Amino acid sequence: MTGWLDALIQGVLLGGLYALFAAGLSLMFGVMRLVNLAHGDLIVLAAFAILLLAGKLGLDPFVAALVAIPILFVVGLALQHVLLNRTLGRDLLPPLLVTFGLSIIIQNGLLQIFSADSQRLRSGAIETASIALGGGIAVGVVPLLTLLSTIAVILFLNLVFYRTPIGRAFRATSDDLEVSQLMGIDHRRIFAMAMGLAFVVITIAALYLGMRANFDPTIGPARLLYAFEAVIIGGLGSFWGTLAGGIVLGLAQTIGARIDPEWQILSGHLAFLVVLVLRPRGLFPRALD
Amino acid sequence: MALLETRKLTAFYGDFQALYGIDTLLDAGETIAIIGANGAGKSTFLKAIAGLIQGPADSVLLDGRPIGSRAAADIVKLGVALVPEGRRLFPSLTVEENLLIGGYGRKMPGPWSLDRVYSLFPVLKERRSSATPTLSGGQQQMAAIGRALMSNPRILLCDEISLGLAPIIIAGIYGALPQIKAEGTSVVVVEQDIVQAMKVADRVYCFQEGRLSLSGRPQELTREQIHRAYFGS
Amino acid sequence: MMDDGAAKPTHAFRIETAGRASRAAAAAACVILLVLVLLPAFAGRNLIQDLIFLFYMLALAQCWNLLAGYAGLISVGQQAFVGLGGYLLFALALLGGINPLLAIPIAGLVSAVFALPTALIVFRLRGAYFAIGTWVVAEVYRLVFAQFKALGGGTGTSLAPSVTSAVPGIEWVKTLLDVRTPAARDIISYWVALALMAGTLVLVYLILRSRRGLALGAIRDHEAAAAGLGVDIYRIKLAVYVVTAAVTGMVGALIYLQKARISPDAAFSVLDWTAYVIFIVIIGGIGTMEGPVIGAIIYYLMQRYLADFGAWYLILLGTLGILVMLFAPRGLWGLVTERYDLTFFPTRRQLIIHPHDANRT
Repeated sequence: MTGWLDALIQGVLLGGLYALFAAGLSLMFGVMRLVNLAHGDLIVLAAFAILLLAGKLGLDPFVAALVAIPILFVVGLALQHVLLNRTLGRDLLPPLLVTFGLSIIIQNGLLQIFSADSQRLRSGAIETASIALGGGIAVGVVPLLTLLSTIAVILFLNLVFYRTPIGRAFRATSDDLEVSQLMGIDHRRIFAMAMGLAFVVITIAALYLGMRANFDPTIGPARLLYAFEAVIIGGLGSFWGTLAGGIVLGLAQTIGARIDPEWQILSGHLAFLVVLVLRPRGLFPRALD
Repeated sequence: MALLETRKLTAFYGDFQALYGIDTLLDAGETIAIIGANGAGKSTFLKAIAGLIQGPADSVLLDGRPIGSRAAADIVKLGVALVPEGRRLFPSLTVEENLLIGGYGRKMPGPWSLDRVYSLFPVLKERRSSATPTLSGGQQQMAAIGRALMSNPRILLCDEISLGLAPIIIAGIYGALPQIKAEGTSVVVVEQDIVQAMKVADRVYCFQEGRLSLSGRPQELTREQIHRAYFGS
Repeated sequence: MMDDGAAKPTHAFRIETAGRASRAAAAAACVILLVLVLLPAFAGRNLIQDLIFLFYMLALAQCWNLLAGYAGLISVGQQAFVGLGGYLLFALALLGGINPLLAIPIAGLVSAVFALPTALIVFRLRGAYFAIGTWVVAEVYRLVFAQFKALGGGTGTSLAPSVTSAVPGIEWVKTLLDVRTPAARDIISYWVALALMAGTLVLVYLILRSRRGLALGAIRDHEAAAAGLGVDIYRIKLAVYVVTAAVTGMVGALIYLQKARISPDAAFSVLDWTAYVIFIVIIGGIGTMEGPVIGAIIYYLMQRYLADFGAWYLILLGTLGILVMLFAPRGLWGLVTERYDLTFFPTRRQLIIHPHDANRT
């Protein structure tokens, strides 16, 4: 019995990480209708950035992440401004293929610079610390922190989107690009801001990715798939929905792993396909916050 | 010098030419009406002024300065606001948020604020937290006008604001026009309803298949003239 | 030719698809085909192997082009069918004892069968989400095949010599061209690859020339308008998806017959069977048949001379792809057609009008 309870708890905590991956993707799609095929690779890139800062400046990963956030915010602004704004328009192909190309460039660039070695963000004792819940069940501190951070990020994103002028601008631009221009909104700058914000979320996701498990330049695409599945399972249009989607995915994976460790990832994919067939709009489409 | 002037204004949708050299004038404090059949190019005309369609710089002059090639987001900041055809409120925003976003690009100081718009259209204050798709057509139109006013425009462009509304609602909305004008805003209305257009306008322009077919003061134009200009001979 | 026999001058017209350039191209194509068929008689083994690679990449590219460039189905999951075809070949030949060459068309058929339910699932997604959805499906295929211990599980397996030497025609080639068994096998693979490539070109050409093809052109140019005209978009997309899956499956079977070794990671590789294929189509020119041909040749040359540069080579490909997408979205062939109105694969119809006197026919 404890085995199953443990799987449930681990599933929820894993879901927190997946929801964090998904939040950035959700943000990008929500504002810009952009599905970024390089999303997973950007998370890995951010993880390497944190690794670099932590190593060179002798910082704890948490502090390094704080330092990385403004840097990566600017990188996001620049990326949108220089490259991705050029792909805007009605045609689907350019943003898809440009981000696909970006994915390949990032993966191979990281391979060139850092080699294919596995890396980890080391933070000392906290890595293995856990809280005992009784009955032989323990919850890792880092996974718990991940989930709490995800909730904090979603609260923050909802705050920005629903209680600030720029959040209004995000929603208006996503609703009707042409009319938003009539409000004096420069959509290129709004998109750049949204991308910058997405990069902040990506950096936080990278911190927890690197602390929970080993990472290397090639693991990006798998993270993209998890993020995407979490968004679809949760349903488009709400950040809390994305959290729910992430948790469902996490649970599917840990329960599948309980049956057979080799089935972990496959179980997640199958859960996604089942939701897609039965509830194509997701479990909580456009859930109101 | 006219507040707004268009000179040989042309407009294209891809290869299709919608406007063929339109010359119009708007003096400060005036109201002009654009009438014409469907497809005559009236909405295109407003879009070209508002910057949704770009053309040669000197085809549109604001206070004598060329703005024809500027983007829509810039033109709002210069004091020209468009109430788009079909209202096109933002469905993800509440009524109040729609009004607030109207003031996003506001650079001009001016009389219009949330409270002032609510006093112009009190029903909007009652429904301030509603989602805009739940509003009636007339209420949506008021919200769209209010949203445009929030940028404190010197020129308000109204595209078919009577479309799909009952006569009594139309009268109510047009009844707000004098207050808008009193605050110093000049108005350009595109109207299918010729009678309404003639009532409010100081000057009328008639479009036919992308060309200007008639212009003049309402009281000086005969029915036959208008009929011919509207439908062609 | 039509004439209405009245006394006033009439116009005769006919609808023509072939122009001068395409007729010349057709003649040239016959010659090229002949040369290619006879090539093993005088070409070295390296060239034969290189050409096998070129042929199957071109076949894959034509399929992806049909999907994405005409039907608007941008898939990043075609590796599902390459891997499926490859594993089917191994399963049929290794476990089922079926003649490897026969296994290829069977693999195509089975791939089509699998494509149907796959499509019903992924078609629930649109646009970019459809793309990622196809990727997820490909991953599912990969993970499922990694479970089959009989086919090597996660590490894969090789074709036993008993299978590879069971390919029909090896003895004949050995005596005819005086080569040893491995080279003979390659030559047979070469002819199969040539047949597949030529067959794919003919199939795509016929599809695009047909009435369905007209609909596809309409979908490519403006899907909403096409739907408004009554084109049954869903059915056509489904048909295209299933047909390309079948061809891709056959190509996959051939690829792994030639490689004689398969593993899930290789057979379902996004890089090998999607990224490179997309690169070929984009560089060459999407939405045309000529584009992938050019793209495949360029890619082959790049692969031949630059692949040793490893990560830098891939960075170059990615950068090139992005630049082309942004600045020359219709690819190299698009740049050519902007200058010269050339068509080698005449799929468009032209109205030729001849004004003439009614007294003459």
